[in-house]
This record gives sequence, C-alpha cells and structure tokens, in this order.
Amino acid sequence: MKYSYYPGCTLRNKAKALDDYARASAAVLGFELEEIEEWQCCGGVYPLGTDEIATKLSSVRALNAAKEKGQELVTVCSACHHVIKRVNDDMKHVEDIRTRANNYMQLDTPYAGETNVLHYLEVLRDRVGFDKLKEKVVNPLKGKKIGAYYGCLLLRPGKILAFDDPENPVIMEDFIRALGAEPVVYPYRNECCGGYISLKEKELSENLCEKIVDSAAGFGADMLITACPLCMYNLNKKTDGTIPVYYFTELLAEALGVKEEVDDR
Amino acid sequence: MSSEKKQAELVCEISGVNPLKCMKCGKCSASCPSFDEMDIKPHQFVSYVANEDIESLVKSKSLWKCLSCMACIERCPRDVKPGKLIDAARQVVVRQRGQDYLQPDDVPELLDPETPQQLLVSAFRRYRR
Repeated sequence: MKYSYYPGCTLRNKAKALDDYARASAAVLGFELEEIEEWQCCGGVYPLGTDEIATKLSSVRALNAAKEKGQELVTVCSACHHVIKRVNDDMKHVEDIRTRANNYMQLDTPYAGETNVLHYLEVLRDRVGFDKLKEKVVNPLKGKKIGAYYGCLLLRPGKILAFDDPENPVIMEDFIRALGAEPVVYPYRNECCGGYISLKEKELSENLCEKIVDSAAGFGADMLITACPLCMYNLNKKTDGTIPVYYFTELLAEALGVKEEVDDR
Repeated sequence: MSSEKKQAELVCEISGVNPLKCMKCGKCSASCPSFDEMDIKPHQFVSYVANEDIESLVKSKSLWKCLSCMACIERCPRDVKPGKLIDAARQVVVRQRGQDYLQPDDVPELLDPETPQQLLVSAFRRYRR
C-alpha cells in the first residue's frame, strides 16, 4: 500500500528521528510513505480566523497533490496533521474558503476536499490493524510502563479531527499494548503543554508541563510517548531525564526490530 | 455606526462566533490551562465582545496568554468557543501596521539548541500578520 506522505518542516530538522523511525517501521509493516514533491510548511497552527485564506494554501497544495495520485495523505507530526485535516474539512464544507482557495490555485480540476487525511497512528489502527502490528513485533517491550501523551492537536476539535474520543482516547494505549508494553492512563494526558507559548513565556509552559509529568509519574509511568515535536521539547524542559519522552515511532521501530538499523545510519 | 460597534462586529466576523449564544456556564474558564494567568477570563471575553468593549480586550494580559489548546472550543455546549474570539481579537491587533507581538530581531535570544522549527512557525503565525 502506498500513501502520500507529508513530513513537515520539523521532521526534516530537529525531529528527524520521528520521521526516520516512521519510514523504517512502515517498510516492516508493508506500506510505503511516498513523500509529496515540493511540499510547503503547514504553518504549525491552524488559523482560527474564518477569513484567513493564504495561510491555508500550503495544505491545499499537499492535499491536491495526494488527490492527483489517488492516494490517502499520511502525516506523523501532530501539528501538520491538525492543520491539514482542518483545512481539508474547510475545503469540503466551507464554500467561501473553497472558492477563494481554488481561485488562487487555478487547478485544472478544483479541489473540494476529496483526499482522506490519516495520521500514522490511524494507519496502524485502521489500515494495518493493531492485531497485525502485534504479530509483527519481534522485540516486545515487556515490563515497560508507558504513558501516552496526546496533547491537544490530535484530539481537538473532536468533530473535525475524528481521531478518537477527545476526552477519553484509547488509540495510543492500544498502540502501547500492541508493542507488548503496559499503558499507563493518567489524568493530564490530553492537557496542553503550552505549545508555542514556550517561545516567549517559558515559565507558563513549564508550569503546565510540570503538572503533566507529575501526573504521569504519580500513576506509575516510567516513560512518555508523543507524536509532537513541540510537546517533546516542552516536556523535556520539565522531566530532567527522570521520565524520558520518546516519539511513538521510536518505540515502534524498537519493537519491530529496526531501531538499530536506523540508529546506525 | 460607532467605532466600538464596528470593532465588535469585526471580531464576530473574523471569528464566526455569535457571543449572544453564550449561556454563561463557565466550562471554558474551568477548562482553560491559562486561567490563572488571565486578567479577563475566557467566559468574560464573550461578555466583552457582546458589550462591544474590544478596547479592553486588546489591552488585556489575556490576549497573549491563550495557548490555542482548543479545550474551550471542544467543551463549549453553545458553539460560542471563546478561543476563536481571542484569536480574532489578536487578528484585530496584528493586522494593524507595526502591531506584531513578535519581532524577528527578538528571535535569536529566545532560541536554545533544542528549539524545534515548529515552535518558530507556530509563534510567527499566532503573533504576527
């Protein structure tokens, strides 16, 4: 199975590991991530202003590129996923945005939200299947107690992201179980890490991350997983190495037995 | 039309929100991770827009404390969504010349070796036109 793949700016730089482990694991699981040519940065945050249009165009270009190949579009970064999924929803349902975006794009055939957007975790759950994933695990992560950190961007707004129950998600816990580890459910797993506030107001973000890390530790987690480079950055300011934070793809690669191969490159 | 009314209409237009639908349940403020940092709380934000007092909002500390975490947007039972109003009030500010909340010259001293690109692009989108 081939998917159009949108890595995003951070997966080309600071979060290269998130990308490398995702691709290596995909190869083991029997699907291919075909990178969209000349993709542009999604902007990191979805513009909440309903009259914003230029800030949505990079997503529309990526979505249309996937449509022309007849492929579903896969993302790994929570932020890219959030932005592209919401812009796609606009293109499907908001006539004003669809008209103006298409006026800019001047495509042969207008784009109207035809592409299906999937997060990598959704590919694992809905296309590969967690039972199949479990069969492919050669190095089960036995005895590891892992807290899933969902954050905001994968879950909210729930009606549009449609990723999982926004208040009581299970997809990352099911993923952890498939890898042979034990999921730790803790109350702050879908609370905000502060996001972009950590650029100008580090203390505010640190206070929020302290609550998240304390909550996870209190419920017995010895590590956290995330899909978001910014969550990773913010959480790492507060863990002091006591609870390491991993990209979910790193543990996936480890369980599938391809982590060392990636690390040795 | 008074300029106060125009400003309030602009915020409603940009956000696509009707503040009169608010039933003051307070779920937004109860959900807000920045609540302690805010001088005007999320549920009060709605009243300020309804009362056409945008001037107080754009001068408030709260304007720049919203994390866009969308907890209030998810939990609002009346489809009012204060986070959208806050972002629209920011747009009213940053769309004016010289009113950006983040200057490129300030960036180098805010960086550390681990800063992800995502942090910079997100901040630029939220703080600048």
